[in-house]
Amino acid sequence: MNQIYARLLSVLLLVFSFSHFSNAQEMEISGKVIAAEDGSGLPGVGVVNVTAKTGGSTDINGMYKIKATAGDVLEFRFLGYTTQSRTVGTMVVIDVTLKEETKVLKEAVVIGYGSLSKKDLTGSIGQVTSKDFQTGIITSPEQLIQGKVAGVQITTNGGAPGGGSTIRIRGGASLNANNDPLYVIDGVPIDGGGIYGSSNPMSSINPNDIESFSVLKDASATAIYGSRASNGVIIITTKKGVKGQKPKINFTSQNSVAVIARRVDVLGADSVRAIINREGNAAQKNMLGTYNTDWQKLIFQQALTSDNNLNYSGGTDNVAFRISGGWLEQQGILKTDKMQRQSLGLNLSPNFFDNSLKINLNLKTSRNAYHFADQGAIGAAVTFDPTQSIYSATKNEISPRFGGYKEWMSGSIPNSNATRNPVGLLNQRENLSEVYRSIGSISADYTMPFLPDLRANLNVGYDVASGRGTNSLTDSAASGYIDKGSWSKYKQEKTNKLVEFYLNYGKNLPGIHSKFEIMVGSSYQAFQSTNYNYRSYTYRGDTLAKNPAPKFPFDKPENRLASFYGRFNFTYKGKVLVTASLRRDGSSRFSADNRWGLFPSAAVAYNLGEENFIKSHNVISSLKFRGSWGVTGQQDIGGNYSYQSYFGISNNSATYQFGDQYVNLARPSAYDPNIKWEETTTYNGGLDFGILKDRVTGSVDVYLKETKDLLNTVPTPAGSNFSDQITTNVGSMENKGIELAINTIPVQQEEGFVWSLGFNVTVNQNKITKLNSHPDTTYPGAPTGGISGGGLNNNIQIQTVGFPANSFYVYKQVYENGKPVEGVYQDLNGDGRVNEKDLYHFKQSAPKVFYGISSQLSYQGFFVGFVIRGSRGNYVYNNVHSQLGTYNAVVGQNGFIGNGSPDMFSSGFTGLAGDPSKRFFSDYYVKNAAFLRMDNLNFGYDFGYIYEDRLMLRLNGNVQNVFVVTDYKGIDPEIFNGIDNNFYPRPRVFTVGLSLTY
Amino acid sequence: MKKHFLLVFSCASALLVLFSGCQKQLDLVPTNDITSEKIYSTAEGYTQVMAKVYASMATTGNQGPAGAGDISGDEGFSDFNRTFWYLQELSTEEAIWSYYDNGATDFHEMKWTSTNAFVRQLYRRSFFQIVMCNEFINESTDSKLSDRGIGGADAAKIKFFREEARFLRAFQYWVLMDLYGNVPFVTSLVSAPPPQKDRKFIFNFVESELKDLENKLSEPRAVEYGRVDKGAAWALLSRVYLNAEVYTGENRYADAITYAQKVIDNYQLNKNYGRLFMADNHLFRNEMIFAVPYDGLKTQGYGGANTLIHGSIFANAPLSMKPLDYGVSTGWNCLRTTKNLPMLFTDSGFGTNKDKRAMFHRQGAPIDIAKILGGTDGYKVVKFKNIDSSGISPRDKTGAFVDTDMPLFRAAEMYLIYAEATLRGGAGGNQGTALDLINKLRTRAYGDETGNITPDQLTLDFIIDERGRELYWEGHRRTDLIRFKRFTESSYLWPFKGGALNGRGVSSHLNLYPLPSTDLTSNPNLTQNPGY
Repeated sequence: MNQIYARLLSVLLLVFSFSHFSNAQEMEISGKVIAAEDGSGLPGVGVVNVTAKTGGSTDINGMYKIKATAGDVLEFRFLGYTTQSRTVGTMVVIDVTLKEETKVLKEAVVIGYGSLSKKDLTGSIGQVTSKDFQTGIITSPEQLIQGKVAGVQITTNGGAPGGGSTIRIRGGASLNANNDPLYVIDGVPIDGGGIYGSSNPMSSINPNDIESFSVLKDASATAIYGSRASNGVIIITTKKGVKGQKPKINFTSQNSVAVIARRVDVLGADSVRAIINREGNAAQKNMLGTYNTDWQKLIFQQALTSDNNLNYSGGTDNVAFRISGGWLEQQGILKTDKMQRQSLGLNLSPNFFDNSLKINLNLKTSRNAYHFADQGAIGAAVTFDPTQSIYSATKNEISPRFGGYKEWMSGSIPNSNATRNPVGLLNQRENLSEVYRSIGSISADYTMPFLPDLRANLNVGYDVASGRGTNSLTDSAASGYIDKGSWSKYKQEKTNKLVEFYLNYGKNLPGIHSKFEIMVGSSYQAFQSTNYNYRSYTYRGDTLAKNPAPKFPFDKPENRLASFYGRFNFTYKGKVLVTASLRRDGSSRFSADNRWGLFPSAAVAYNLGEENFIKSHNVISSLKFRGSWGVTGQQDIGGNYSYQSYFGISNNSATYQFGDQYVNLARPSAYDPNIKWEETTTYNGGLDFGILKDRVTGSVDVYLKETKDLLNTVPTPAGSNFSDQITTNVGSMENKGIELAINTIPVQQEEGFVWSLGFNVTVNQNKITKLNSHPDTTYPGAPTGGISGGGLNNNIQIQTVGFPANSFYVYKQVYENGKPVEGVYQDLNGDGRVNEKDLYHFKQSAPKVFYGISSQLSYQGFFVGFVIRGSRGNYVYNNVHSQLGTYNAVVGQNGFIGNGSPDMFSSGFTGLAGDPSKRFFSDYYVKNAAFLRMDNLNFGYDFGYIYEDRLMLRLNGNVQNVFVVTDYKGIDPEIFNGIDNNFYPRPRVFTVGLSLTY
Repeated sequence: MKKHFLLVFSCASALLVLFSGCQKQLDLVPTNDITSEKIYSTAEGYTQVMAKVYASMATTGNQGPAGAGDISGDEGFSDFNRTFWYLQELSTEEAIWSYYDNGATDFHEMKWTSTNAFVRQLYRRSFFQIVMCNEFINESTDSKLSDRGIGGADAAKIKFFREEARFLRAFQYWVLMDLYGNVPFVTSLVSAPPPQKDRKFIFNFVESELKDLENKLSEPRAVEYGRVDKGAAWALLSRVYLNAEVYTGENRYADAITYAQKVIDNYQLNKNYGRLFMADNHLFRNEMIFAVPYDGLKTQGYGGANTLIHGSIFANAPLSMKPLDYGVSTGWNCLRTTKNLPMLFTDSGFGTNKDKRAMFHRQGAPIDIAKILGGTDGYKVVKFKNIDSSGISPRDKTGAFVDTDMPLFRAAEMYLIYAEATLRGGAGGNQGTALDLINKLRTRAYGDETGNITPDQLTLDFIIDERGRELYWEGHRRTDLIRFKRFTESSYLWPFKGGALNGRGVSSHLNLYPLPSTDLTSNPNLTQNPGY
């Protein structure tokens, strides 16, 4: 803003001077040079009369004097500031405001409802711009910054095409409510929920359109988002054109092949035959096949991906624009898995009324089409008997049953207990979907001509999505035998509308060497979804009584938020910075009594690096201490209407008899009229530093996040509700940790050899501190973390006061000579019996430490880089081993033969000793899953102009998921919930790409 | 400049208008769920809620037989009649349960604690029904009915429903007062933890409610089967007065006689005793004042008579009882009685005894029980059956669920109360009438007058035994033994009482059950009963 102002001023001066051209008499010009950011006088500014080739400098107060003649050009030069020139006219006093150089300005950091220069930040914010993004085939935006920001743990959910991730910023703030951060895309907070027919709603956003991520971590930064900010906020800004830049066309194409990096280790056909021949009965021996089938090899493939993007961007003096189109086609390594995405983006930023009105239009529209593979095939391939052939009959045989696939039978019908043929699962299901999504916003930022310090900003945005699909299973499929296959469809429409308005007033107070900025605003956002209900049919379109027509054709869940917010920034001499913010949120999810909440924050920072005693030494280039406190909330508690009660009608076998009438029962649901958001108070202390002209920069943050009013399911006081237990705000939990991020440029040579290296590490400690309204020693905690095997509804983790969330809750395995003794566990409470009272808390699924290392080398157009990521202290329950790690997994099946894991040889477990269901709860299966993964290795050559200074070319190669170093024996140690079962393997991806710019 | 200012001003004021509507914008209701407004907009909706008020003591939830439970924990155990029966009968000489099952054996050995699952589930079940009653009572006021446009016959019926809900609430407070003593008290819809009231307060509340209701409920048998009427109010009042001394320290035998008499004047004894406990026992409204209706198809659950019938059938070898003889398909092999109960009928020796109320399966097992867990010895009580009077098979042809209704009030009990209160010196009682009433019970039991007693045989000791003979397994025994000072005292013993094979006296604090630990931790107003 000020830049424009200054330019206008100089133009005016210029015009003024021309009009007095004749007056050419030497005079003494004097004035003051002040810094734009705080209005303080700048000492030591070089003042040069370019015309007369004389010079001087400003004094301690920024004052100068110089001789000049009208028409002479004066230049004001100061290191780190943009040089300004003035043409001398008739005025003898010329005051100049110097602004920091654009290099520094570029470090403007996007914050909630505005941006700030990095120097002025008081909060803990990690910003990653496109030049530092992860590279390769990245189909979901959040993966661009995986491993790049301290305190941010991004775990991909597996290797499915377009697959999403689980993100935790400084550990989750909740147990039962949403733990995902709030995403704000070009000013529009988006709904984090899923869309029917999409495996990951984020994959609707083309990562190639993204310019920067700003991750708001502490409450000073996040509290402006109030009741949605407890898990941090991720602000995504998309790419825009640049005003005054000649339009250019850029085309990029990345093409890759993905291969399976690791498979689940299972027994081969010969081992299975040996076990059956040794342990099996005659019937089982009879079932043995003569083949050696590698089922995993049959269901996985080399998968191709092509990601192509074309964009046209540039600008005139008043309008900047960018139009982009993307086309992605991605196969999954699981056969039949496919995703396509077509995307269109438009950014238009015209200015009106001499730049006083700035309009910013952002539109992103995409279509994703999926063919979902039946992921049940992954588990089936692991457990299906390798001695069997794929087909029970030759394919050409006349009408073979089950499509010819080998299936386990029970008499003349498929054995309902048995694993289905993995290849059949893939080929006999067709699950197709199509998802349209559009996110857009238009903002108008108006600077009051009569009061240039005041800006008004209106932002209107939307996010609409529509997903639909069909899912069918042929009637020849064994898994559809009873119900004659199936055919069903689904459809959903979602809308999210936003209106926001804020006023921003910023003023320099040169008198006290200060400046301040006040922003006040309000916003209203409405989320609505229309979920259609359809009847499902047999494959041939017949109806089944067990699948009745839906009672309601659709449901329309919705929720709304109304908010008022304000922020105050104050800077004294560029050294002392104070920020305070306040948000008042009203959420439709809560009753009128609990609806409105206040979320304040306050922060101070001290730029010690601005003090002369630091500046005068050239070692420390910047040094800032930060401290903040604030309160945020989590209003996404799952339900939209949990504070109200509803009546459910009983089924026909639970009726009450009034005479001859059997009346269905209307029961009000239990509810908590007082339910409200969970509230997190965050304390943050930080230090930012730069050494040797910022060759080394970094920051350290220490934080404490205390969540109270945590939701937990607890007994109600008898007589006070319609149920004896309810989910309500009773608990508390804390996360505390340290983050360290360092970016260095170890080598920077004149010849163009540059090596930059970044490192970040986070230590996070989570502890549940309260789960009941009154301490209850008889309450072990809330079980969580479902596993397969050992009975129904088994949970391997628990939430207990005094322990980290999702701690494993297991029996202590007894070992003899280093080998576990099957069925023998320690009687920890010493009561002579081993029962559920002997379960103990053992390790956790979340990492205690995680880190990322990024390196980039470039030399005269060549470049090579890598990203390494890792974690320690994270444990995984190997559910594959607990299910398959016994010979009983092979031989103990009901009418079929299974496969087993070689873990049975290391454990020696038979699956029969002791109480077999207890074996699933042995701590033997909870394994250290610390790992170090090279996410990405990239290299390439930038040819520069290859045709007439017009066409630029860049070629690159890339490998993703290069290697993993771990002691964990399962398929992948990086599993967010810590339970390894049927995991979609993360592939290794080899990519070649090119970028052409015209 | 003016133009710009206007632009900003109009933007700002437009938004201001928009946001002023925010409060209202935030009131949202779901599209399809049945809200309170919706259900109470029709008489049918009221009837469905009232059905739930009643069914709170018939089903365990909204899906039969199980699947959408009202109360957490093992749903099959959470039926009112089952848990009430466990606490009233397993703690006495009348029944032994062979499985450990969440602490069932604690009752036999009298070592229950505040974490016992059944102690919690009955308490929660009583309060569940109380809250349902409070909900209905709150929604069925005259003004709400007229506001919702419900009038005429519909409104008249709902008014009766409202009084019935008040009765059921008073009944559950009697249950709580009798078993737990000092309990939270709540008569409206609250979310705050209710205050605790002592037994005397609850007694006064129950009494005043019932005395009001005796004028407001419908005449005996004037409403459909499955609903309560004045008879139930009289019967409960009579029962409450009989035990008043236990509850308040002050006896009310004269009042017990007054209300017993009202029942006696309006009801009769059914000719056949055994039919009162069979699949079609809903037919005998002459004696059955109120029974909780079950239906093998339409009111399914694992509680009520279903537990008693299945539990008593030892289908496994060596006993090999035949479930089909009792109208069910399987036996649970777990319910027996100590020898004390059958011994009540042996004054003239089994086999020669003509008392038809003695319904035991005696074959294949000794009368003495050697151990609680897993045993098959001891007599099996086959009082409850799932066949009807004509021997016709039950409605549920698979035999998994029973039609037999669970009696809560029978006229016969009032005969016994009249006699006992008279013997205890209650004013207005007549010794001759008392003897006559007792002999009516015995004549029915024996089929003739050979079992009748003489005036000098009519003593309190006789009454407690006769109550055992007439009312066994109907959920009265613990209350009766306490009133006769035989529950915790060492003057009366039965096998396993107090954890000793031949029984022993225990601390008197066990006359009350503890408040469940889950309520103590969630309601800071509560003080645990002494001794726990």
